[in-house]
Amino acid sequence: MSGGVDSAVAAARAVEAGHDVVGVHLALSRMPGTLRTGSRGCCTIEDSMDAQRAANIIGIPYYVWDFSERFKQDVVDDFVSEYSAGRTPNPCMRCNERIKFAALLEKAIALGFDAVATGHYANIVTDAGGNKQLHRAAAWAKDQSYVLGVLNTEQINHSMFPLGATPSKAEVRAEAAERGFSVASKPDSHDICFIPDGDTRGWLAERVGAEKGTILERDGSVVGTHEGAHAFTVGQRRGLSLGVPSPDGRPRFVLEVRPKDNTVVVGPKEALDIAEIAGIKISWAGLDPVQSGIVTDPSDPFECEVQIRAHADPVPAVARVVMVGESAELVVTPHVPLNGVAPGQTAVIYVGTRVLGQCTIDRTVSAVPVPAAAAH
Amino acid sequence: MAIYLDHAATSPLTPEVLAAYVSALGVVGNPSSIHSQGQNAKRMLEEAREQVAASLGADSVEVTFTSGGTESINLAVKGLYWARNKSPALRPRVLIAAGEHHATVDAASWLGAFEGAIIEEVAIDEAGRIDLSALEAALADDVALVSILWANNEVGTIQPIADVVALAAAHGVPVHADAVAAYGYIPLDFHASGLAALSVSAHKIGGPTGTGALVLARSATVIPLIHGGNQQRGRSGTQDAAGAVAFGVAASAAVRDLAAHSVALQVLRDRLIAGVREAVPQAILRGDPVDRLPGNAHFTFAGCEGDSLLFLLDVAGFSVSTGSACQAGVPEASHVLLAMGLSEADARGALRMTLNHTTTTDEVDAFIAALPAVVSRATAAGYADRDVSRGA
Repeated sequence: MSGGVDSAVAAARAVEAGHDVVGVHLALSRMPGTLRTGSRGCCTIEDSMDAQRAANIIGIPYYVWDFSERFKQDVVDDFVSEYSAGRTPNPCMRCNERIKFAALLEKAIALGFDAVATGHYANIVTDAGGNKQLHRAAAWAKDQSYVLGVLNTEQINHSMFPLGATPSKAEVRAEAAERGFSVASKPDSHDICFIPDGDTRGWLAERVGAEKGTILERDGSVVGTHEGAHAFTVGQRRGLSLGVPSPDGRPRFVLEVRPKDNTVVVGPKEALDIAEIAGIKISWAGLDPVQSGIVTDPSDPFECEVQIRAHADPVPAVARVVMVGESAELVVTPHVPLNGVAPGQTAVIYVGTRVLGQCTIDRTVSAVPVPAAAAH
Repeated sequence: MAIYLDHAATSPLTPEVLAAYVSALGVVGNPSSIHSQGQNAKRMLEEAREQVAASLGADSVEVTFTSGGTESINLAVKGLYWARNKSPALRPRVLIAAGEHHATVDAASWLGAFEGAIIEEVAIDEAGRIDLSALEAALADDVALVSILWANNEVGTIQPIADVVALAAAHGVPVHADAVAAYGYIPLDFHASGLAALSVSAHKIGGPTGTGALVLARSATVIPLIHGGNQQRGRSGTQDAAGAVAFGVAASAAVRDLAAHSVALQVLRDRLIAGVREAVPQAILRGDPVDRLPGNAHFTFAGCEGDSLLFLLDVAGFSVSTGSACQAGVPEASHVLLAMGLSEADARGALRMTLNHTTTTDEVDAFIAALPAVVSRATAAGYADRDVSRGA
C-alpha cells in the first residue's frame, strides 16, 4: 500500500473478495521526505501514514517493510549504471521485476502469504487449461500492463490486480470517497519516485558526472559540443545549440547517445524511424508462444503488437526469436516504423489484450539508411 | 486476545490509577490560580509531587513535572549544558554512554550541531555496560555533563551509576541518569545516588502517557527549554494536575509493590529466558545476564529479520518489540546492539520481550510454545529483502 488511492481500493476489494489481507507499505528510501509536495515523489512519511489510515478504515493489520537497501541496489544504482552505459531504463519496471513481485513476494510467501495484490491496472485471466495470463486493464487510459510486462509465470501466479476490471480511474476515486479514504482525491504519482523534484537530468549529472563531448552527424562530422551525454535522450530536439546548421536547414534530433566516447549523434527526424528492434533478456508472462499455440517452432515469426513505452501506442508487428550463439534475441519488425526508440527500453509484446512477454531493447535498425560516409 | 509482552513500550494503566485519573480530570481549577478552586488543584498537584519524589528518594522541590521522558531528558541534557556554559563556553564536552536512548543521543547531537558542544560517546562492553576506565580517561574539568541510562531500555543492562557518579564527582561534573526504563523495576534513590538529574516517565509504570518528571538536585541548575509563567523550576506552562495525580498514584504503587513485584517478575523473566533457550537453541540472550531489569528478556536470532519475527508473532497474538528505534515504522538495526559489538546482520534479528504486572505464567508459556514455529518461518524468509543475488 503506497499511500495512494489505487492500492487502498485494491486492498479493500481483496478483503471483500474474502481474502485474509495484510497491508504492507514498502520503505524504499532511508531518507524519506517528511511531506509530499504536489504529485511528485513517494514513500514519504505522509504516504506511509496515508496507507496506514486506509488500512485502519478497511480494518486490516498494517506493516512497513524495509526494502531500501535492495531498492537502492536493484533500482536506483541500476538506473544510474544503465544511463551511464547509454541505455534508457524504466525504473518502475525494474522495481516491479526486482522489488514488488520479487523481494516482496518472496518474503511474503516465506511468511505464509499466497499472493501480492497491488493497485495496478491490469487483469489476470485464467485460460481453459488453468494457466494464468496477464492482460490489459479494462480502463485502457490507465492500463499498466506494460510496466508489469516483466513478470514471469511464477510471479503472475502469485499476483492479484483487483482494479483491473474497473472501467475508469474516476470510478476508483468515487469508490475511495465512498469508503471514506482520505486519499480519494490525492494526486496521482508521476515521474520517478526517487527523483522527488522531477529533475532527472540534474539528478543524473550529480551521479554520472558531466563531461564536455562532441555532437556528431551520422556521417561522423562534428556539428557541436555538449556538457555531458547523459543529458540527452533519443528523439530530443531542444537544447542541442548546434553551431553548424544542417545541410537542408531542417531541425535535427538526437538519434543516439554513446556514453563510451561521450558523443551524441544527431540527424533528421525521419532517421528516428526504427524499422526493426532486437531485444535481449526475453521473458514470457505465462505460457510462451509455443505453449500458447501461437507458433509451432520457437523460431517461427508471429503477428503481435509491440509497445515500447508506458504511454506509447501499441504498433502491429512481426516478432521472432533468433538464437545468437547460446543466447536468444527477440527481433521485432513493426508494420509501421517506431519512433523514439532507445536501447535499454523494454519492448512488451501483446497478442490482443494479452501480454505475451517482453525483452530489453539492445539494438535498433533505422528506417533511413546511414549515409555512406558513416563513421561507424 | 493478544498477549502483551511490550511493557517497556508502555504499560497499561492500573485500575487504581485509572480511577484516580478520571476523578482528577473532573476537578476545576488551575494550580496557579489564587482562589480556592485553584488552591484545591494545587493541593492535588503537590500531593502528587510528594508521592513521585518519595518514590525516587528525592524532595518534592526537586521534582519538575514534564510532558514525559523525552522532555525530561532534553531539559536535563540541554539545560545542564547551557547552565554550565554561560558564555564564554568553558565546558564544551558532553559525555554520553554509547547505546543511549535516542532522546539523549539526539538532544546531545543537537547541542553539537547548534551550540558548539563536543559530543563524545563512552564505549559500552558486549553486555551493554559502560567502560568505566574509558569514562575516567575522558573526564576532565571541561566536561559539561555526563548522561547515562540507569538501565538500558532495549537490552535491560543496569549501569553502575554509583561508580559513574564517583568518577564524575572527582571533576565536579554533574551526571544525568535516564531512569525511564529502570523506574518501577529496581529501587531508585536519588539522594543516595549523588546524581544531579534524573528522568522518569509515568506511562512505563502504569501511569498515563504525557506525564513525566525531571528530578533536579537542589545544587544543580538547568536553563529552561520552555519559557513562560515560571510555574515550575526549569519549566513554564500550566501544570497538569490530573496527570500528576495519576502519576503520583502509579509512583506510590510502584514503590509499595516493588520488592514483591520485582521478585515475581524475575521469576517470570527467568522462566521466559530458559524456555526460549530450550525451545530455540540458537537464540542468544543479549544484555547482562545478571545485572538486568527483572522484566526484560532480549534475544537475537541469527538468520532472521526482527521485523519478520515481530510480524509473525503479531499474527499469532503476541505483542513484542524489536527493541530498536523506528522511522516511519521501519525498524533499523539497533544502535545499542551495534555499540555492544554485534554485526549489523546479527543486530537485525533482535526481539525484546518486556513483562510487568499483567503478565502471567500462562502467557509466558504460550509465548515459548509459539516461538519455534515463528523462528523457523522467519528463518525461511531470511534476509530475502537484502538478497541482491537474484539474476536478471
